[in-house]
Amino acid sequence: MKAIARLTLVVCLCAAMSMASAPAPQPVSQGEELARVDSATGRYGGRLVVGQRSEPKTLNPVTATDAVSREVFERLHADLIEINRATQKTESALAKSWKMSPDGRTFTLKLRKGIRFSDGHPFDADDVVFTFTVYLDEAVSSPQRDLLLIDGKPLTISKLDQYTVRFSLPRPYAAAERLFDSFAILPRHILEKPYHEGKFLQAWPLNAPPTEVVGLGPFRVKQYWPGQRILLERNPYYWKADRENHRLPYLDELVFLFVGTEDAQVMRFEAGETDLINRLSSENYALLSKEQSTTRSQLADLGPSLEYNFLVFNQNDLAGKKLDGIARKQAWFQDQKFRQAVSAAVDRDSIVKLVYGTRGSALWGNVGPGNKMWVNQSIPHPQRSPETARQLLKLAGFTWNASGQLLDRTGQPVEFSIATSTSNAQRMKMATLLQDDLSHLGMQVHVVPLDFRAMIDRVFQSFDYEAAIMGLGGGDADPNPEMNVWLSSGSTHLWRMNEAQPATAWEREIDQLMNEQMITLDYHKRKKLYDRVQQIISEQLPFIFLATPNILAGAKSEVGNFQPALLDHYTLWNVDQIYLRNTESAGVR
Amino acid sequence: MRNKVRIRLLILLLAALHAVVLFAGFFAPYDAKEQDRNLPYAPPTRLHFTGATGFHFRPFVYAEVSDSDGYREDRTREYPLRLFVKGSSYSLLGLFKPDLHLIGVDDPARIMLLGADAFGRDEFSRLLVGGQISLAAGLLATLLTLATAAVVGTVSGLYGGWIDESLMGVSELFLSLPWLYFLLGVRAFLPLHVSPVGTFLLLIGVIGLIGWARPARLVRGVVLSARTRNYIAAARGFGGSDLYLLRRHILPETFGVLLTQAALLVPLYVAAEATLSFFGLGVSEPVPSWGNMLAALQHYSVLVSYGWLLAPAAALVVTSVIYGMLADALHPRRS
Repeated sequence: MKAIARLTLVVCLCAAMSMASAPAPQPVSQGEELARVDSATGRYGGRLVVGQRSEPKTLNPVTATDAVSREVFERLHADLIEINRATQKTESALAKSWKMSPDGRTFTLKLRKGIRFSDGHPFDADDVVFTFTVYLDEAVSSPQRDLLLIDGKPLTISKLDQYTVRFSLPRPYAAAERLFDSFAILPRHILEKPYHEGKFLQAWPLNAPPTEVVGLGPFRVKQYWPGQRILLERNPYYWKADRENHRLPYLDELVFLFVGTEDAQVMRFEAGETDLINRLSSENYALLSKEQSTTRSQLADLGPSLEYNFLVFNQNDLAGKKLDGIARKQAWFQDQKFRQAVSAAVDRDSIVKLVYGTRGSALWGNVGPGNKMWVNQSIPHPQRSPETARQLLKLAGFTWNASGQLLDRTGQPVEFSIATSTSNAQRMKMATLLQDDLSHLGMQVHVVPLDFRAMIDRVFQSFDYEAAIMGLGGGDADPNPEMNVWLSSGSTHLWRMNEAQPATAWEREIDQLMNEQMITLDYHKRKKLYDRVQQIISEQLPFIFLATPNILAGAKSEVGNFQPALLDHYTLWNVDQIYLRNTESAGVR
Repeated sequence: MRNKVRIRLLILLLAALHAVVLFAGFFAPYDAKEQDRNLPYAPPTRLHFTGATGFHFRPFVYAEVSDSDGYREDRTREYPLRLFVKGSSYSLLGLFKPDLHLIGVDDPARIMLLGADAFGRDEFSRLLVGGQISLAAGLLATLLTLATAAVVGTVSGLYGGWIDESLMGVSELFLSLPWLYFLLGVRAFLPLHVSPVGTFLLLIGVIGLIGWARPARLVRGVVLSARTRNYIAAARGFGGSDLYLLRRHILPETFGVLLTQAALLVPLYVAAEATLSFFGLGVSEPVPSWGNMLAALQHYSVLVSYGWLLAPAAALVVTSVIYGMLADALHPRRS
């Protein structure tokens, strides 16, 4: 009975929502320097419903740390220069052009004139200066602040005139323009007051009045139902137009439904309640492709993603940690031959087949085949070879007893555990496959499924683990976001955290190479440096690379300009150009 | 009289079920941990009687080959079902290492009566071997519970007074515990890196020690009523010690209650093991149990695509129904 009452309520709500109309796009005026997009011309109207795994935590782009919040607020805000997800190249956004000085240390950006925030307030250089002041403020402690520090020194920003700003870097920084992609430009007229009152951290929670959440993105907030959904409507002042000079976006409204899990996303999509699925597992992709004709959907397999899944052995300094059991096993983990043997024994083809249903690629390095700009093609892809593995182990002084158990130099049987997060079914499967592969070498491996937080705590803080299967990458194709993984002082230098000094010669070399590529402006020179990094990594194997999934996405067939990309956000990155082919049927839903 | 026949029949059924599970290695055609990475999610193998060479009394199977849209049978060669074949060796009662299996087919064909799981492991073999963990957990945990219950109930009923009150107070506390959440909580506090045997024993300990309250109260009731009987008073008058009275007169009275409770608790505990393993808190891969086998079905795509993986659920239902009927027969309801 209660369920029926609730259902009626939802139906009424939906009806009420569909009756309230979205604001019409403002006519394009003379002085406005709009950006033109080159995709197929769509039609206005309709509402796109997207299922989200969980509820965002905030609408504040400066303080948000979670990916889910990012998925929502990136539709509300815009950047100075953006990375086109399809071409992976930078494009002019709020800055219509930019110029780098010959020494690579200053960037001069010309801003678009005459464009407005979603409340109609004009945008100019003061907003840009204000934005970067906030991002750089230590009291705000934005997670993105580190990106603006080079050698620990912040870049500086100055306003040259109302529509020109200049960024000065303490030293040259390769691909610096890519940095601007992730910094949402804030409305000074709204946020300056809370910022000066020291209330910036509390600004823009999810339940903030919609009129206060103002941005330069294609949409603005209309209403928020806690625990259920957030409704966005067209920003009538948006600064992009299509080929025929019609102001974007085409969609009247965009709804994020908070559904819980990927499975729930799939079920809602099957039931016709959502129009688009951002990232699918291969199993759900296979399921949906079977039903493609009945659900009238379009599915996309974009090929290998930039994510890399790997096995990492705990090589942390455990002095004073009371983890003697693990410290004893580190003699194996720190032996390059041991890691190479494990790598040789891993059946990567089976991982691709059984875990990703062939919709994935095996990996032998941190840069996969999906990253065509940066992958080092000369890294060898040896086939699985238990014989090689046995030889390597023999060379490293391991022996086998009568029952086939692997023993180390001191006669101890080789036994360790692999931790995986229960929230990732794919990595759990990898662990089971690895367990079987390694048992053929006489290693006894236990699989320990852990809650995601417990896992992160063990890997990053307590170091109370022996080996773990994890995944990284996927942000940008450029090497710079990878700095924190490969620099020995990096915050994600997982195999040996908090290093004061590089512990090995090859880690020292990686440090040098990574730091050098960061200040090298020429692509070919940078590529050479990064190729060498990839080569060292594939030889030393601080991570045993396993596989990368393909990016899989789906949408109803009536969704036009559906162009999913390899980079995050895979499907909604061009939401300003997405339209519904049949807006009548979309409207009554 | 009819009831006695029923009880015998049910006990026979249960004995058969447990025997099959106990000798799982023999009845299972394959090693439960053996992965066939070419056959993930292969459907149950069909047994054929008629093929290209006409009708056979001995059923045969075809080899499965995978193509773009799933699996199909390779009809070029028939593989007759063989009895008493040599295969992978298994451990029998922890003493012998035989390699004889009841049924099998020649390579490269596989006989997977209940299909394969995500790793191409034979679901039927896993069901039988998994039953060892699940049923043993149920039986041992029941034993533990009833032993605890018998001791607590008898002491409580026999001595009365503050002992009785405090013990029954504790039992009330245990009765009011929200079971599942408590189990999840307790398991989370235990060390994570323990061997499958260690996990199994912990599991039994956790499940077994939590359910003692209800049977303990029942035993206490029986002991209380027995204590006031005249023949007990008479025996006491002749100088019978507490221990003698317990052994000779009181404990036999509780026997019926304990037996009925056992029949009720075993399926309950088998299900409890399945629940914990389902949430990843029981025995871990690659050792199968009915619960961790069902865990694969947490994923929607698996649930709707590979129905044969529901087999452990069916096994759970069958076990529970038989035990439930036995409990009913042991303790007939008076109308």
